[in-house]
Amino acid sequence: MSTDITIDPAHTTAVAQPGLLRSAMKLWRTRIGVALVVLLVGVAIVGPWVAPYGPAEFVGTANLRNVEGAWLGTDYFGQDVWSRFLHGGRSILFLASVATLIGFFFGAAIGLVAAYNRGRIDDALMRFMDIILAFPQLLLALVALTTVGPQSWLIIAIVAFTTIPRIARITRGAAVPVVERDFIGAAEALGESRLRIITRELLPNVTGPLLVEANLRLTYSIGIIAGLGFLGFATERNAADWGLMVQENRVALSVQPWGTVLPAVAIALLTIGTGLISDGLARTVAGIDRGRPDA
Amino acid sequence: MSERHETLAIRNLRLDVAQSGNDIVDEVTLTIARGEMLGLVGESGSGKTTVGLAVLGHARKGVGIHSGSVSIEGTDVLAAHGKDLRRARGRLVSYVPQDPGTALNPALRIGGQVLEVLQTHGFGADNAARKQRVQEVFSEVLLPATPSFLRRYPHQLSGGQQQRVGLAMAFAARPAVIVLDEPTTGLDVSTQAHVLETVRALASKHGVAALYVTHDLAVVATLADRVAVMYAGRIVEQGTTAEIFANPAHPYTRYLVAAAPEMGSDRELVGLAGRAPSPGRRPVGCAFALRCEVATAECHAAFPEVTNVGTTDSHDVRCFHAFTVPERTSRRAAAGVAAAAGNDAALSLRGVDAAYTGLSVVHDVSFDISRGECVALVGESGSGKSTLSRSIGGLHREWTGEILLDGAPLARSSRDRPVQQRLSIQYVFQNPYSSLHPRRSIADSIGRPLAIAGVDKRETGREVDRMLERVSLSASYGSRFPDQLSGGERQRVAIARALVSKPQVLICDEVTSALDVLVQATIIELLVDLQRDLGLAMLFVTHNLPLVRSIAQRVAVMADGKIVELGTAADTLTNPQEEYTRRLLADTPAIPEFPANPELPIDTLG
Amino acid sequence: MGILKLILRRLMLGVATLLVVSVAVFLLTNVLGDPVKRMLGRGALPEVVAARRAELGLDRPLVTRYFEWLKGLLTGDFGTSYANGSPVWDLLEDRVNNSLFLMAVASAISVPLSLFIGAYTALRRDKWFDRIMSNQLLVLAAMPEFVVGALLTVLLATNVWHLVPAVSRIRPGEPPWSDLDGLVLPVLTLVLAVTPHVGRTMRAAMIDVLESDYVEMARLKGLPERKVLWRHAFPNALGPTLQVIALNIAYLAGGVVIVESLFNFRGIGIALRDAIPEANAPVVQFIAMFIALIYVISNLLADVATILVTPRLRTRLQ
Repeated sequence: MSTDITIDPAHTTAVAQPGLLRSAMKLWRTRIGVALVVLLVGVAIVGPWVAPYGPAEFVGTANLRNVEGAWLGTDYFGQDVWSRFLHGGRSILFLASVATLIGFFFGAAIGLVAAYNRGRIDDALMRFMDIILAFPQLLLALVALTTVGPQSWLIIAIVAFTTIPRIARITRGAAVPVVERDFIGAAEALGESRLRIITRELLPNVTGPLLVEANLRLTYSIGIIAGLGFLGFATERNAADWGLMVQENRVALSVQPWGTVLPAVAIALLTIGTGLISDGLARTVAGIDRGRPDA
Repeated sequence: MSERHETLAIRNLRLDVAQSGNDIVDEVTLTIARGEMLGLVGESGSGKTTVGLAVLGHARKGVGIHSGSVSIEGTDVLAAHGKDLRRARGRLVSYVPQDPGTALNPALRIGGQVLEVLQTHGFGADNAARKQRVQEVFSEVLLPATPSFLRRYPHQLSGGQQQRVGLAMAFAARPAVIVLDEPTTGLDVSTQAHVLETVRALASKHGVAALYVTHDLAVVATLADRVAVMYAGRIVEQGTTAEIFANPAHPYTRYLVAAAPEMGSDRELVGLAGRAPSPGRRPVGCAFALRCEVATAECHAAFPEVTNVGTTDSHDVRCFHAFTVPERTSRRAAAGVAAAAGNDAALSLRGVDAAYTGLSVVHDVSFDISRGECVALVGESGSGKSTLSRSIGGLHREWTGEILLDGAPLARSSRDRPVQQRLSIQYVFQNPYSSLHPRRSIADSIGRPLAIAGVDKRETGREVDRMLERVSLSASYGSRFPDQLSGGERQRVAIARALVSKPQVLICDEVTSALDVLVQATIIELLVDLQRDLGLAMLFVTHNLPLVRSIAQRVAVMADGKIVELGTAADTLTNPQEEYTRRLLADTPAIPEFPANPELPIDTLG
Repeated sequence: MGILKLILRRLMLGVATLLVVSVAVFLLTNVLGDPVKRMLGRGALPEVVAARRAELGLDRPLVTRYFEWLKGLLTGDFGTSYANGSPVWDLLEDRVNNSLFLMAVASAISVPLSLFIGAYTALRRDKWFDRIMSNQLLVLAAMPEFVVGALLTVLLATNVWHLVPAVSRIRPGEPPWSDLDGLVLPVLTLVLAVTPHVGRTMRAAMIDVLESDYVEMARLKGLPERKVLWRHAFPNALGPTLQVIALNIAYLAGGVVIVESLFNFRGIGIALRDAIPEANAPVVQFIAMFIALIYVISNLLADVATILVTPRLRTRLQ
C-alpha cells in the first residue's frame, strides 16, 4: 500500500543528495565521530615529533607507575609509555587506510560491473567473492604470514584482498535497483558506452551506501591490523604499535595499567569514531533510523 | 436523509501530520447506510486512504487522529482503545488492502489467516463452526474451499486469488462496515472485473456499508451508489453517482470528469496542470482555487460551507461557483489526422519474434507505422507488448525477424545501431520518477542526445531551451534537478529529451500510468500536439483501453505474444472482430451515460 | 525428498568451497614464502636448508605434496608438526575440544540474546531502551575484540573489581569446563563481539517486518498485539537474520584466536599464534581448514533453516 499522504514519491526515494557529508554532519553522532578520528589521527601523525623519548628508548625500571620524566610510567621493558603511545598509531593508520582504499577501489569496480552485467559474469564474480568471504579476515592474514612473516606489503595485500568482496557485495546490492531504473535504459537507448553508463550513470547514484561501507571497512581494517599487532605480528620489531603495546603490557596490568589502557583506549576511540561516522552517514543515506546488517 | 439508517457516520474528521500538526484531512463528514456503497474518489495525496484507515481507528506512522468521530452502529471507533478497539476491528469494520501480495503474511497459510479473524473475535460456537465459516466464506468469494487450497501459502496464488482471500478475510466475521482501499489496482482488467463483481455481490448480499476508496472514476461509476470527491484533504462534493456524473458541480469534479478517457468517444481529453497542495502548504481558502479558472477573491479568502445543490437527491458541494466551469464538449477530428498519414512507413516490423530469458514471449509480429501516425499497442500484463516495444527501442536484444526504420534494417541492440538510427527512434518510459538521472540537471538530461550527436554546447543550450518551451516548461527548469519536479513535469522533461534529437519514431511505454488523471490528460494533450506538429510516427503502448481513442488512429491488440487484432481505433473499440478484444472491452470499466438533469444551470459560461 | 536433494546440493557446494579454500591455504603456506628459510633464518647455509627441506619432504613437486596433504585431510592424517615431529592431531586434539566448547557456549548465549535484543529494540523503536541499546551495540561493534577484552580485564579482573580471573587455567588433558571461572571473560568477550552484528541485523529485519503491510493488516484484523508479534512478525524477521548468524559463528572461529591469546585459553587460537613464528605450516593448515569447515557447516545449517522458516522456498521443493 502506498501511503496516501506524500504527494511526490521522489521525496521518499533514498537517493543521496549532493550534500551527503554536510547533512551527515548535522547529526551529533557524526560530529563526535569526526572529532574522535581527528583527535587520534592527529596524535598518530604529530605524536612522533612531540614524543619526549624515542619509541625504543630505555628510561628506567620496568613497569613503574611513577618515574621521573615519564609521566605515565614505564612499560614492560623500561620504555616510556607516553612516548611509545605517541609513536604507536602511525603504522596502524597507514596500513589500514591504504589497504581499505585499495580494497574499496577494486570492490566498487567489481560490484558495479557485476550489477550492470547481470547474468553469468555477475554469478561468477559473486560466487568467487563468497569463497573469499568463507574466511575470517584475520585468519587469512595469519595463514599468509606463516611463511613470510609480518611484512607491510603482505598485510596491506591481505586486508585489501579480503575487503574487496565485502565492498563488492554492498556495491552490487546498492547498484542493482539503480540498474533497473529507467534512466539507465534511456542511456542504453542512446547507445552510451558501458564504461560511461557505469561511471556516469551508476556510480553517482550509489556513492551514499559506498561511502558508508568504505568507512565501516576502515573500522574493521583498523581492528584487524591492530589485532595482528596484538598477536605479536607488528610490521617492525621493537617499533611501537598500539596493538602490540596491549600484548606486551597486559601481564603487568594490575601494577602499571597505563601501558595497556592507553593504547587500548586509543584504538577503541579511533574505531568508535569511524564507526560513529559510518552510522551517521548510514542514517543520512537511509533518511531513517534503522540498524543495518553488517558482517 | 434523516430516515436513512446510518451504519457508518464520520463527522468532522481531522488527521494531522504528527510532528508539524499540519492537517492531512480535515472537515470530513460522510455517512453510509446499510447495504450502500460510497465511492471515495481522489488523486494520490488527497487523503482518501487516510480517511479509509481512520474508519478502523488506525493512523499510519507519523499521522495522528486529531479530532472528529467515526461511529459504526453507534460505537465510536475513535474513542475506543486497546481491547475495545481490537474488538471493533475485524468484527464491526474490516479492511481490504490495496496490494494483497504484500498484505497477506507470506509465512502463514491462507486458511489460517482467515480463521484467526474468527478465533480472535470468538465468531461461532467452536472451532469446528469457525472452520465451517472459513469454507463458506471461501465459497462466497468464489475460491475453492478444499482443505488443500486452504493450506496454500499466499505466494502459491495468483493476484486475483490473493485479493479474493483479502475479501474472504474482510467478510469472514460479517462486519457492518467494510473499507476497500483500491482493491483492484495492479490486477488485469479481466481479473479486476471479476473481483469487482464479487465485491458488489457480497456487499449487497450481506447488507454491509462499504467505503470504496479509489482514484478510478470508471470503477466508481459502475460500482458505487454515492460518490464523495476529495481534494487536498477535504471533501469538495458528494452526492449520488448519477448526480455526480451527470451534473458535476464543483470545478474540480468537472475537470476530473472531463479528463477521464472514454472508450466510446474520441473526445479530446482536457487536463489541468499543477498539483494539489500538500499538508502544510494548504491555503486558508479553497485549495483548488490555485488551479481553478473561475476562482475569485472570496475563494482565496475562505473555504465555502457545504451547500446542497441537489434537486431530487442530496448533492452537497463546497464551492462559491458551483456549475460554472464550462463543460468540455469539443471533439477532436481524429480522422483528419489519420488521413494525413500516408502509406509512407517510418517503422516496419516483419515477422518479429522475441524471447525473454529463453522463453518465447512475442510471436511473428508484423505491422507498419506511417509518418504522422500513432498506433496504440494494447494488451494485458504479460502480453508481450513491453518486450516488443523494448526490442524496437534496442533495449531488449533477444529478438529475431526484421525491424526497419525508413526501410533500413535495425541492429538488435541500440549499441550496434549507428548514431543516426539511435537518435531517430526515441523512447519515453513509464515511470517519470525513475527515467531521469537524479543527480543530473534537467538541461543536461535533455541535452545528452545532442551531445552524442556531436552538437556543440551553445547550439545544444539553445535547443534545450526551445524544447523546454515546446513541452510548456519555462527555460528556468533547465537548472533544476528531477526531485524538484512533479511527476507530470518530469514526464514533460522525458518527452523533451526524446524529441530534442528530432526523431522520426517515438515509443511511449505506458507513459501516463504513474500519473493522476488530470495530469495524464495534459500529457496526452501534449503528445497529440507534438505528434501532429512534428509528423512523428508514434507507438503508444498502454493497458488503458479508454485512453486509446484520445491519441491513436490505429490500435494493435496483443495477447500471448501475438497481435490478435489490428485496425482503426474507432472500429476496433466500437466494433471488435475478435473474441479476445470483445472480452477485454467488456471487462474494462467505463463511465455509463447518466442523463443530465435539464433543470440545472449547466454551461452557464460556455 | 526435495529437502534431502537440496541439502545434498548445498553439501556439494560446501565441499567445493572447502576444496578452493584448501588450494588457497596450501599455496599461501607453501608458495608465498619458504617455510624452511623462515624457520632457519636468513643466515642459514644452503646445504642445511636443503637437508631440512628433504627431511620435511618439501623437495618433492608441489602438486604431489598438495594431493598427499589433501588425502591426509580426508583420511584423518593431518601431518606432523615441523617443530617437534609429533602428529598434528595429537598436539591439537584437546585444544580443538576446548575451542569448540568456548565457541559453543558463546553462541548459545549470544544468538538468543541478540535475537531478543534485536526484536525488542525494534518494538521499542526510538524509545530510551532502543536508543541506549543501539548506541551500545554500535560502539561494541566498532571495537576490536582484544580491546574489549583488555578493557573487561581492567574492569572485572584486575584494577576496578576482582570478580573473575584474568587468565584461564585449563591444564592439558583436563576438560574445558574444569575452569569455569576462567571461562567467564573469554565467553563474555566473544558474546560482546558477536551480539552487536546479529542484534542489529535482527533489529533491521524486525523493523522491516513491523512496517510491512501484513503486520498492519494483522492489526487491522483486530489481533492482539502478542499474536501480531509472535505469529505474524517474528517468523518473517528470522529468515534474513539466520544468514548473519552463520557468518558470525564463522567469525567466532576467527575471534577465538584473539580471545584465546588474551586470556591464555588453551585452544587452537593460541596454537595458531604460536605456530606462525615457527613457520609451522602443518599446524597452520590444519587450523585454517578446521575453521573453514566450521564456516561451511554453519552456512549449511543456516541455509536449511532459512528454507524451513520460509514457505516460499520450502514449497518450491515439493
